[in-house]
Amino acid sequence: MIINHPLLGPRDSQEFVYLGDASLIDRPDWQAENAVDQFHEYLYQRTNPAGEHQELWFHEQGDRSWLVVTRNTLTHEITAVELARDVARRRGRSK
Amino acid sequence: MRYSGFKVIKEALTGHKGWTPAWRDPEPKKHYDIIVIGGGGHGLATAWYLAKVFGKTNVAVLEKGWIGGGNVGRNTTIIRSNYLLDGNEPFYEFSMQLWENLEQDLNYNAMVSQRGVLNLCHTDAQRDAFRRRGNGMRLNGVDAELLDKEGVRKIAPFLNFDSARFPIKGGLLQPRGGTVRHDAVAWGYARAADSRGVDIIQNCEVTGFKIENGKVLGVETTRGFIGANRIGCAVAGSSGKVMAQAGIHRLPIESHVLQAFVSEGLKPVLPGVITYGAGHFYVSQSDKGGLVFGGDIDGYNTYAQRGNLPVVEDVCEGGMSIMPMIGRARLLRIWGGVMDMSMDGSPIIDKTDVDGLYFNGGWCYGGFKATPASGWCFAHLLANDQPHPVASAYRFDRFRKGRMIDEKGMGAQPNLH
Amino acid sequence: MSQTNRLQGGQIDRSKVLNFTFDGKAFQGYQGDTLASALLANGVRLMGRSFKYHRPRGPISSGSEEPNAIVELRSGARQEPNTRATIAELFEGLSAKSQNHVGSLKFDFLAVNDRLASFFAAGFYYKTFMWPKAFWEKLYEPMIRRAAGLGSLSMQTDPDAYDKGFLHCDLLVIGAGPSGLAAALTAARSGARVILADEDFAPGGRLNAETFTLGNTSGAEWAQAAVAELSAMPNVRILTRTVVIGAFDHGIYGALERVSDHLPVPSEGKPRQILWRIYSSRAVLAAGATERPIAFRNNDRPGIMMAGALRAYVNRWAATPGKSVAVFTNNDDGLRTASDLIAKGVKVSAVIDSRADGPAFSGAEHLRGAVVTDALGRLGLHSVKVKLASGEIRQIPCEALGVSGGWNPNVHLTCHQRGLPVWNADLAAFVPGSLPPGMVVAGAANGEFSTAAALASGAKAAAGALDALGLSAAPADLPQAEDAPTRVSPLWYVPHKGRAWLDQQNDVTVKDVKLAHQEGFRSVEHLKRYTTMGMATDQGKTSNIGGLAVMAEMTGKSIPDTGTTIYRPPYTPVPIGAFAGRSAGADFRPKRLTPSHKWAAEQGAVFVEVGMWLRAQWLPRQGETHWRQSVDREVAATRGSVGICDVTTLGKIDVQGPDAAEFLNRIYCNPFAKLPVGKVRYGLMLREDGMAMDDGTTARLAEDHFVTTTTTANAVGVYRHMEFCRQCLWPDLDVQIISTTEAWAQFSVAGPNARKLLQKIVDPEYDISNEAFPYMGCGEITVCGGLRARLFRISFSGELAYEIAVPTRYGDGLVRAMMEAGREFDAVVYGTEALGVMRIEKGHAAGNELNGTTSALNLGMGGMVNKKKDSIGSTLSEREGMNAADALNLVGFEPVDRSKTLLGGMHFINRGAPADAKNDQGYMTSVAFSPSLGHSVGLGFLKNGAARKGEVIRAVNPLANEEVEVKVVSAHFVDPEGERLRG
Repeated sequence: MIINHPLLGPRDSQEFVYLGDASLIDRPDWQAENAVDQFHEYLYQRTNPAGEHQELWFHEQGDRSWLVVTRNTLTHEITAVELARDVARRRGRSK
Repeated sequence: MRYSGFKVIKEALTGHKGWTPAWRDPEPKKHYDIIVIGGGGHGLATAWYLAKVFGKTNVAVLEKGWIGGGNVGRNTTIIRSNYLLDGNEPFYEFSMQLWENLEQDLNYNAMVSQRGVLNLCHTDAQRDAFRRRGNGMRLNGVDAELLDKEGVRKIAPFLNFDSARFPIKGGLLQPRGGTVRHDAVAWGYARAADSRGVDIIQNCEVTGFKIENGKVLGVETTRGFIGANRIGCAVAGSSGKVMAQAGIHRLPIESHVLQAFVSEGLKPVLPGVITYGAGHFYVSQSDKGGLVFGGDIDGYNTYAQRGNLPVVEDVCEGGMSIMPMIGRARLLRIWGGVMDMSMDGSPIIDKTDVDGLYFNGGWCYGGFKATPASGWCFAHLLANDQPHPVASAYRFDRFRKGRMIDEKGMGAQPNLH
Repeated sequence: MSQTNRLQGGQIDRSKVLNFTFDGKAFQGYQGDTLASALLANGVRLMGRSFKYHRPRGPISSGSEEPNAIVELRSGARQEPNTRATIAELFEGLSAKSQNHVGSLKFDFLAVNDRLASFFAAGFYYKTFMWPKAFWEKLYEPMIRRAAGLGSLSMQTDPDAYDKGFLHCDLLVIGAGPSGLAAALTAARSGARVILADEDFAPGGRLNAETFTLGNTSGAEWAQAAVAELSAMPNVRILTRTVVIGAFDHGIYGALERVSDHLPVPSEGKPRQILWRIYSSRAVLAAGATERPIAFRNNDRPGIMMAGALRAYVNRWAATPGKSVAVFTNNDDGLRTASDLIAKGVKVSAVIDSRADGPAFSGAEHLRGAVVTDALGRLGLHSVKVKLASGEIRQIPCEALGVSGGWNPNVHLTCHQRGLPVWNADLAAFVPGSLPPGMVVAGAANGEFSTAAALASGAKAAAGALDALGLSAAPADLPQAEDAPTRVSPLWYVPHKGRAWLDQQNDVTVKDVKLAHQEGFRSVEHLKRYTTMGMATDQGKTSNIGGLAVMAEMTGKSIPDTGTTIYRPPYTPVPIGAFAGRSAGADFRPKRLTPSHKWAAEQGAVFVEVGMWLRAQWLPRQGETHWRQSVDREVAATRGSVGICDVTTLGKIDVQGPDAAEFLNRIYCNPFAKLPVGKVRYGLMLREDGMAMDDGTTARLAEDHFVTTTTTANAVGVYRHMEFCRQCLWPDLDVQIISTTEAWAQFSVAGPNARKLLQKIVDPEYDISNEAFPYMGCGEITVCGGLRARLFRISFSGELAYEIAVPTRYGDGLVRAMMEAGREFDAVVYGTEALGVMRIEKGHAAGNELNGTTSALNLGMGGMVNKKKDSIGSTLSEREGMNAADALNLVGFEPVDRSKTLLGGMHFINRGAPADAKNDQGYMTSVAFSPSLGHSVGLGFLKNGAARKGEVIRAVNPLANEEVEVKVVSAHFVDPEGERLRG
């Protein structure tokens, strides 16, 4: 597969390390009343879609960016690649 | 019809006119006591044990394509019960014992061949970890032998003892491990279950569930509505897709592709199953002569049943590292199967939040060897609404409770199990 | 030897005579021959034996789809089983052996299987060999295994090299027949970067095998001219002897180039083969088509082959399989075959045309409406039986028979991404359906069979691809060529009570397919798996369609409704060595060497693989014959005076920025926010699931500057994890991290004289006295007269110890300087074994304990998980299963009988309890012989172990049928109060 890195252009996916669903960005609040339940959902439960999937790839053999790649799990077509940092900020993560 | 050598000879002499279909091709009934979704190894085994052990014969197996078309028909055929953890070992040993009597049980020769499974180790720490596992097996009453380098050499003198990047220091051998003719497992269970009255319904895809007041009443299928008191879902690889139809949209499972490989036919070279401990490579030789081998999953979520070159190369590199004599053997075919990769690498056989709906999945890429025990334990659960003792750890809630069964210690990252 | 069946003409170089042997017998052929063409020219038709029935076989094709003529090529370590004689290029000295027989090729004892064929029908083995149970492994299976398989491996290490390469292009053209050449010319002339790959050594495809003219020249000449033009263009790369094996995601194609297979041995410095990964923007598949057989009784006799193969042998290689040849056809190709044979002076004994209404043919006896019903001649065809239109049976003498059942487009690569082909009733063949992104199909591969259509579709496909890339194509300049319509009347098999072969290699007959149907194996995948049809080395290229047609007839369905099996890579078989490339044997993975490696090697160190690193395991001195002597000495010397160990392999991560402290505070379960500058702290890092991920020390060099260390094993993973936290979880924390593992050479200097040694190399302006540089202190210093360095007062050994780091390139110099400085203290360098012994003596957890399933609580560090802050893993650590009353705790063990040895991997059982899984109390993780204590010591996880100190239990090792009584003790065996490291 080829991942079109937003900073570096098209790169072979072999340069990257895969983590999983980009929902791993949405780490819950540790002080929430049901924090353990929330963390359980966050860490262990997956929607695992057959179709469009937002997922985290790390450019380990490259610039060490974490990317959010939107890829179809049926066809492997990639329709978007963004810096995970930008996605995280958009989802409201900060410090 | 009973199969036997005598029958084969008789038919050979009379033009093979007497053979009948191995299983019927029935129309679905309006209602069954139990429906098993998925005509793979696990689903068909479930049906057989429901009929044979639990006396449930008003049972249908619904298969969207042709039986045995999923992972039971596209794996590397290895059986073993050399697990480390208490949650797993008794289950896989139960499976091994069922394998050992499978052919007589089913009256079908699935070629269960116990030629041994040898895991190589390459460091002292790995040998200690093998000793821990081997001792765990022995405490469970399972056969295991820890071999030193010379012991390995006796079994597999062709391995690279001289120039391997990661030298072979020894190995853990399970003599009772081996291989089984994978397709025959599906067919044998199907034929046996059919003979007890189970309806095996092919080309019947489940398209929805009828659920009222939290209780499942039946399934919508491409061949119409079929009612049932209890429904078991055994569709590993497609678990997410099918369970979503029952309103269960999140599971501790990701779908990944595992590629597997077979070489052209060769005169016998490998005695049993050999696994490399410093790379991802496992291999055996089929009765037809092909080297059947595999390695790591591709590592990204997919439902595509096909993989890419990097893993193909990685697997062959592993092979060439320890078996440099296979370099000129040609790889004939690469295929891919979609795995239910669970969050701790261990399976799930459990009730769901929907009354009457049961789940069997999360087999990662170890489901084949589990087929008999999975079928038996799932049948137990479907028949009795209680988990079988050897499968009692395979619950959905183990993650919430912090009771993971993590053989490899990789944590909640499915592509590392 | 005379080449009795050599004709005039052909594309062979008769000036280059090549000697070769087949089954030990000497023959001659010419440059340009394949092994099969040369054998045929020498009158040899029998080249192999089939898999199951050991039937005598000759080639049925002239290409890579060959199922029959497969041989063991070469000898010794280069022996190559299952090589298709039809594509093996002849070279001087080639030696080949037939395979899969007991006895000689002509008199194969296992041919008895053929006599017993009725007992070996499809799937017979599923129905028998079950009694008595024990006989399967003991008798039946060994018997089957001995008989199975085809060729044999030499069992020696492959002496040849394989390379991997990466290529990039705008357009990849797969196949250099007329459509591929037209596509390549069109694209190349427009300036696009083109790669043209063809599996043959002579580009041209069928143009080389046919007598067609293109414009004013022969097809072969036109192809040569086209190749010459392309070769001269800088934007074109032509890969001959290169088969494209698979179409992978995003326009990546795999290809295998046979660089040296046409040579006796690879030239100096050249690989045998190269596996290319080709990155293409667009691809034109011009892979041609494969001719298909018609099944009839004994249609596998040597001498029976595809009509197109016959034309190729006669036209291209000037070799005929027989002096008299008959043709059996259901389409016009058969007639062309007869014309070509006649033109070459070969006697055509009859043209048997299944079509009653086909076009007339006058060159030889033309039997219309007739079919071949049997073939005679066990080791080589001598005649065929023909059922005439009248119903009369006639026997026609012939040494060869060309069969044409029509052509199947080579759709394989279109299906590698799970696309399905579609049925074209006019052609009675599957043609490409949905295509992988970026691929177009041209020529025969697309069902466009005439030369004119192939040329035009190739040019059009290239123009379309260029257009999509924003390039404009010059109008194609195509020669005049034949444009005959395809007229085929499907005929799949000739009904007969005898056996008619579908899959020749695997011996699957029409009867087997009918039996499969009878037994309910009717889906195409069941058919394949039950009968093994299509599972031979040709992967069904010559067999599947026939089997499908028989099954369709049985079920009353159409062929497309019956379906096709899945096409999988590789297109043709690929040596495993080629996929591995150079990453084989000792070069499987790169070696990482420590800065002191050279020095250690000079000392005769024994090295050990630690991940990709090689580390000194121990450094034997003269007279030491057992590793324990060296290790015990290294430990004693270190604890007694001073020892040095290269610890560069530990991961080092530089953490900087105003929020660096806060970042570390969240990464580690224990607090870091208030760590003073100039101090080091131990940190335990958890995964989000609460299990220990890694541990190490973190030094605060400045308010906004930390250096974190990781274990050797987890250096990469921890860095990745920290970047995940930084970029994905807390993107606005002002912190930067970078791995500096390879930037710093780091040594541990441990022992009572460690400070004295260091004082000799640390520049005098730096005070490293105990007061100025206490335990857990750190600082940036200079050594050896101005070399910048970092000093950390940390201890893994439990001694007064430091770790000193210098830029990597000075690592070798530093170890030499320190050894020089340490001479007066009898300083030693210790290896990983001594390191391990000392850490076990001190009860420090390491990789064996941090095994991914152990929590802070298990490790005895539950109290470190700070509940007043957020950190990775702290929340899920609270789950009940991880806080059970009988949780495993890390404790120490010593044998009650001091002479006993402990082993890692022993399990613990209480005294008096049966040794079984129910009574399992835990397991031993690390053991060592402690030279300091004079007996074995161990670390391990024991249920509720923290509360069981003093208890005597059993460490059992059922694998070796042994057990040792052990006392549960504190894991801190040496200096439990830690006085030494503070001194």
